[in-house]
Amino acid sequence: MDADDTRKRMADYLRDHHDKVIGRWTELVVSGMRGRTSVEEVRRELGDLFTLIVRVLSEADDHAAGELQAALDELSRSRARDGFTPSETALGVFALKEAVYELVADTSELVPEFLAFSRMVDNLGLSTFEAYSAAREQIISDQVTTMMELSTPVVQLWDGIIAVPLVGTLDSARTQLVMEKLLDTLVATGADHAVIDITGVATVDTEVAQHLLKTVSAARLLGAECTISGIRPQVAQTIVSLGIEFGDIATKANLADALALALRQAGLKVVPA
Amino acid sequence: MDRVPILKIGSTLFVSIQIDLQDESVMLLQEDLADELSATGARGVIIDITAVEIVDSFIGRMLTMIGSISRLFDAETVIVGMRPAVAITLTELGLSLSGVRTALNAEKGLEILNGKS
Amino acid sequence: MDELPIQSGDDVVRVRQQVRTVAAKNGLSLVDQTKLVTAASELARNTLVHGGGGVAKVEVVKSVNGRSGVKLHFTDEGPGIADLDLALTDGWTTGGGLGLGLSGARRLVDEFELNSKPGAGTSVMVVKWSR
Repeated sequence: MDADDTRKRMADYLRDHHDKVIGRWTELVVSGMRGRTSVEEVRRELGDLFTLIVRVLSEADDHAAGELQAALDELSRSRARDGFTPSETALGVFALKEAVYELVADTSELVPEFLAFSRMVDNLGLSTFEAYSAAREQIISDQVTTMMELSTPVVQLWDGIIAVPLVGTLDSARTQLVMEKLLDTLVATGADHAVIDITGVATVDTEVAQHLLKTVSAARLLGAECTISGIRPQVAQTIVSLGIEFGDIATKANLADALALALRQAGLKVVPA
Repeated sequence: MDRVPILKIGSTLFVSIQIDLQDESVMLLQEDLADELSATGARGVIIDITAVEIVDSFIGRMLTMIGSISRLFDAETVIVGMRPAVAITLTELGLSLSGVRTALNAEKGLEILNGKS
Repeated sequence: MDELPIQSGDDVVRVRQQVRTVAAKNGLSLVDQTKLVTAASELARNTLVHGGGGVAKVEVVKSVNGRSGVKLHFTDEGPGIADLDLALTDGWTTGGGLGLGLSGARRLVDEFELNSKPGAGTSVMVVKWSR
């Protein structure tokens, strides 16, 4: 039998039993959603999907497949937003097979048609899973960006002296962000001294040291001098044992000492009032 | 061929690069600066790259060479106004522009030059 | 996709400007735009100076997870590069300044593909994705 004919026969069958199928499909889906959505909304959604599926099966036009995919992606997104698991969404799509099977079971004629149809619905259900995954990845990536932004403050300590307290890890993505914020702040404040405090950086290995050196290098291109502060005793030992050289970059144990150095270099002195 | 104008104010030569320069224009600038330094005995050179969006390895090399040439004439060069995006890119390229001083703007550049002499 | 000839210094400038425009239009951050245009500048110059002139292709691409990116392809029919590993090492030169072109450009982009054989020209393909 021609594959096209099979699909078209299925399309015709579905069209003829439009109301019954959508009704049963809606029932199955709603029961799986445990009262979290309105029946009318679900019926409308499924009705739209149904129409698209029939169009794809009957190969009425070229756009149908694209539109169906878009509708499934949107379904996936909105279910995810409403807090449904991807399995719940996929099961909802798969339920169409059950709805159709209940009708077809009595007639033994449409077996090959139903098989092909069943395979198609499986793919549609799986694609909602893919869409869900992709959406979650985007959310995670956005959150990572926000987290990085929030944990990279640049503060002004004094006229011309700014500080970047780093907390957590310093990977290459974070380093890019630190460099951008530091340099933008140098331009905005006209500062000529930056203190990079690494008290909160858990591990300082060769990679982290390279990132720090890069950051200092970039700040220097904008005419700023840098001091690295917050060198803890263990960190100092690690740096030396790894053979990391900070060259001509000043380093201090804590932020207070670094500030004192910066003030001295700026020709300022702090005296009692 | 676009020639970058060189202004002399006091004992300092000012160069402001305003447009996306072709390689040849950059090389011409180097020649013109050497000529001016020799002719005027200027003690400082300020190159303003505030408007420059791209500094690649060729231009970076030219800037370093200008620094070396100036020193031969006992003059100091300060590159001012580098954009953050450019600085980050240069750092990624591994270019540190050693041999030239840098500052946020022409005013600070002058402070450096005056502090020096 | 845009195809730009590289036969003169002015062409190199034009390539930079076109890459900048396309990068800005496709969601690359300012720093990423700068990195890509700088890489394009290095590669275009290589094509002109070492390759005897060639062509640059600028294309917008989409990743599997929907991110857009900019793909650049530089080709020339020049003498080609004999030792690719050496060419990609920092500081390599074929005479006249430091050859930071290729290795530098590689550090600025997300994907980098270099194909070259002596006598068979050179082809460099790079991609930078938006974040």
